[in-house]
Amino acid sequence: MFKKILIANRGEIAVRVLRACHEMGIAAVVVYSDVDRASLHVRKADEAYPIGAAAASESYLNIGKILDVAKRSGADAIHPGYGFLSENAKFAQACADAGVKFIGPTAAAMDAMGSKTRARQAMEKAGVPVVPGTSRGVESFDEAGQIAASIGYPVMLKAAAGGGGKGMRLVNAPEQLKSALEAARSEAERSFGDSEVYLEKAIVNPRHIEMQVLADEHGNTVYLGERECSLQRRHQKVLEEAPSPLVDADMRRRMGEVAIRVAQAAAYTNAGTVEFLVDAKKNFYFLEMNTRLQVEHPVTELITGLDLVHLQIHIAAGETLPFRQEDVRLRGHAIECRIYAEDPDNNYFPSPGKITLLLAPSGPGIRRDSGMYEGWTVPIDYDPLLAKLIGYGSDRDQAIARLGRALGEYFVGGIKTNISLFRRILRDEDFRAAKLDTGFLDRMLKRPEDKPADSKAVEAAAIAAGIFAALGAVNNAARSGSGAGDTAESNWKAAGRREALREG
Amino acid sequence: MLYDITIDGKSYRLELNRADGRWSCRLDGRDLEVDAVLARSDVLSLRIGNIAYEIKSERVANDLHSNDLHLWVDSRRFAVEVHDPRSLRGRARTGDDHGPRKITAPMPGKVVRLLVREGDTVEPGAGVAVVEAMKMQNEIKSPKKGTIRKILVNAGAAVNAGDVLAVVE
Repeated sequence: MFKKILIANRGEIAVRVLRACHEMGIAAVVVYSDVDRASLHVRKADEAYPIGAAAASESYLNIGKILDVAKRSGADAIHPGYGFLSENAKFAQACADAGVKFIGPTAAAMDAMGSKTRARQAMEKAGVPVVPGTSRGVESFDEAGQIAASIGYPVMLKAAAGGGGKGMRLVNAPEQLKSALEAARSEAERSFGDSEVYLEKAIVNPRHIEMQVLADEHGNTVYLGERECSLQRRHQKVLEEAPSPLVDADMRRRMGEVAIRVAQAAAYTNAGTVEFLVDAKKNFYFLEMNTRLQVEHPVTELITGLDLVHLQIHIAAGETLPFRQEDVRLRGHAIECRIYAEDPDNNYFPSPGKITLLLAPSGPGIRRDSGMYEGWTVPIDYDPLLAKLIGYGSDRDQAIARLGRALGEYFVGGIKTNISLFRRILRDEDFRAAKLDTGFLDRMLKRPEDKPADSKAVEAAAIAAGIFAALGAVNNAARSGSGAGDTAESNWKAAGRREALREG
Repeated sequence: MLYDITIDGKSYRLELNRADGRWSCRLDGRDLEVDAVLARSDVLSLRIGNIAYEIKSERVANDLHSNDLHLWVDSRRFAVEVHDPRSLRGRARTGDDHGPRKITAPMPGKVVRLLVREGDTVEPGAGVAVVEAMKMQNEIKSPKKGTIRKILVNAGAAVNAGDVLAVVE
């Protein structure tokens, strides 16, 4: 087993991996950029090395600097977390060349999944269902027209090198095809330096369901059940749950077996996720494979009772999977909320800044994976994910009830967060009835939020405002060291000063 | 102690007195039985009669270059203004729609580009600048119709929350 692992990441995932290291008796080395000196992962680490400026290209994406720290610290493995270098085949190769174990798949397996058209070709060969369409770039408008007519409108144009919605166009009718093709091509060229565009049948308001797989380096591959990830905003996942309310035991087995074929076709090792689109008739189609640990891995951990990061480390150390497919049992239901530093009342603007007050939930069925603490200043330079709050219950209703209760306890002061969005989702009738698809959140957010007037709460706020003002004055006076005799006068002075400041 | 408290445009007159650790409270002429414990400087455990509340207090920078007081009653947020009715400045109000208005950055970040030049006329809601923070680009909009009198930042500049980007009149 490894003695020392370098964690090439920051935020909640760096803390998550660090905890696994400590649980396994492995020393944890972290790296940090100039604006992350005060971050939680540095506080909790055994060794911490500065690696440069805030810009990720100067620090967390800089392969040379990270490998240099691996060498200086004597780390024998690197865990990349998610994002940053986690799906960078060059980095995986550079680790191998430097004699440091990369905790993840090989560079060759990542490359096989990198291009969407190449992945489609490999999957078709392995008998994996893909969305009907082409697995090569379309050469001409005429060719595109013929293919579109044969698979039927609406169709989707997608960039082969694409991601994040770039180079993607929905085409509803033949007369839109020409301009959409030109637009998708030029956007793909601008975004990825590659104008290759392919065509597939558009699945309207699909569900997005993914399957967790785990493969050791001795040919054993298992699936650990699915996650429902249909709740998205701007193509970004917001809330995930496991199991999917849509998937029954038979569909799970079929999806799981396909996921194993996908992994084996790429000679995949370590933890990975196979993403599927599911249409209204429950047909599922291979979308892509994510060659890393996912943000939403905790929901799978809660319903399987397995620790995916422990298993990743054991696999990377060359061990055989300690269980077989038939030993995997799903129990209960888990739901995860991604807590972001953003303002739901102001168009989801990012909201970095200092956390002045943090009240964290706990209690039955609650797991919190967090990278924040009270007094910490959230930097402007990185992804706004602060923490993940996960609720577990013996069934979906209980998971929702516990998560709703915990969201009520959660309070982050000083910055804005999307906690209120999750309270709203969990109250929503369609959500509670599990009527989910990728259009769910947009539809919910278009409806006006019904905020019932509560005269009792307003009254409490008014009284509390007065009490805070009165007590604040006393506390300020006490803190400034004035004697008991003159507090009454200085209270009013302090109150007056605060008023003046507020109005100024 | 006497306070005028404004919540959602509605005003409340609050009389509070404390003797021997007990509060006496009169809200808009009604006597209420109130008991309060300050759990920490910004968290108050409040009882009105026997109904219990946990109330969190938060100061939030606004785009008028000052602080708003927000009180959270359980999970509900109220923007609150507290005035001493005996103070002369108690009635001062901001937010006048006439005259120059500052356009400020709602969050710290980097100015990616400017969408207007000095002298341009803008409609309410027109984009003035794009500020990037946390890998997201956000368009900052004009609060009113008018002419851009001044631009105070350059593309590429780092800004803090509340920094003035431009002035529209």
